[in-house]
Amino acid sequence: MIGNFDFDVIRRALPYLFFEGMRFTLTLTALAAFGGLVFGTLIALMRLSGYRLLGRVAGIYVDFMRSLPLVLVIFWFYFLVPYIGQWLTGASRPITVGAFASSLITFIMFEAAYFSEIMRAGIQSISRGQPAAANALGLTYSQTMRYVVLPQAFRNMLPVLLTQTIVLFQDTSLVYVLSITDFLGAASKVAQRDGRLVEMYLFAAVVYFVICSAASFLVRRLQARIAIVR
Amino acid sequence: MGTGTYLDLLLSGLVVTLKTSLLAWIIALISGCVIGVMRTLPSRTASWIGFGYVEFFRNMPLLVQLFLWFFVLPELLPKSAGLWLKQLPNAPFWTAAIGIGFFMSARVAVQLQAGISSLPRGQKQAATALGLTTMQTYRYVLLPMAFRIILPPLTSEFLNTIKNTAVAITIGLVELTGEARSMQEFSFQVFEAFTAATVLYLIVNFIVATAMRFLERYVAIPGYIAGK
Repeated sequence: MIGNFDFDVIRRALPYLFFEGMRFTLTLTALAAFGGLVFGTLIALMRLSGYRLLGRVAGIYVDFMRSLPLVLVIFWFYFLVPYIGQWLTGASRPITVGAFASSLITFIMFEAAYFSEIMRAGIQSISRGQPAAANALGLTYSQTMRYVVLPQAFRNMLPVLLTQTIVLFQDTSLVYVLSITDFLGAASKVAQRDGRLVEMYLFAAVVYFVICSAASFLVRRLQARIAIVR
Repeated sequence: MGTGTYLDLLLSGLVVTLKTSLLAWIIALISGCVIGVMRTLPSRTASWIGFGYVEFFRNMPLLVQLFLWFFVLPELLPKSAGLWLKQLPNAPFWTAAIGIGFFMSARVAVQLQAGISSLPRGQKQAATALGLTTMQTYRYVLLPMAFRIILPPLTSEFLNTIKNTAVAITIGLVELTGEARSMQEFSFQVFEAFTAATVLYLIVNFIVATAMRFLERYVAIPGYIAGK
């Protein structure tokens, strides 16, 4: 079988795989990581706010999201988002949402639950004296968070946040279930068109492996550097 | 099927989910333990093999790994073996269990390694001083402690295993999410189907988490923060 290995199939598919597929994957990863971090931080702040109800709502959301498989959540949002859109805009029928928007919303909402746990740990890792000192200086709650607590929490948790982003990068391949052309989706479409499953899936595996290995190597180095500072 | 209600359909999906995740978890525990121990051995070769193994299984999406097991492996084997694999009855089930098992084993290995290296150095030294071999040191001293320490993270890895079985929908395993999807396609009752699946996942999660919390309390090491 190795004798039949056709590198030319891969070569011919390269522009499609990377400009179409990988671009989708990377854009989705970047936007979902950013959105997930923003929402995750808000959820973490809700949980730590001291308001019982707010904390409970945030806690239930996080537990709920974390006990469902991502594939199920992808299906949920794929069917739900048009109705939410209808409700938000007051349209008479469910609005049409593109594949990209639908998966972006899914990943932001899903990752927010995971990022919020990381940010919560980060905020809790900061010594009590910091917000107390900020308070003594007369900073308001939002100023304390913005200038004192969150920058430090973010910095302490940077390696963990980046590792979670690598996991997110791998998880974006699951949009395959909606037949979306992400990197793996592109590889699989070419594989099925040309009947070259072995070549395309091995190639996709190698690409994912190289990217994730390099990224996690960089995260480890970053972690070592941050560890020295403390 | 033809007979039975949609609930029967979903419950049979749940059974497939549980079966797949149990088999995958057994594979993950066994190979994860071997690799986790290897990473802590003094031998350079052993720890490099362990490192390579973990990197290999951690740096590819689960979906890609399942495709490799399902579509690529039978082609790379000798013809007769490949044919046998392709004609295996219930192939998606075995592929999913093995693929998810090895995927999770890398995570188990990392947890176990962390657990073993969290033990005070004196434990290993005392075992050596008592004349225990490396094998005995692990069997009687290090592993019993390490497992009790890493039980909470192992619980969440087991829950992850259950959730990850949903990925096997892509290689044709009709587990809980798959049954919900086909119920939705037959009946056009999108929200009912997914709500039912969601509730079932929540129940499973709750049962596993509660049971493990009891187990954690039972095996907690006295003197540690988690212990009595």
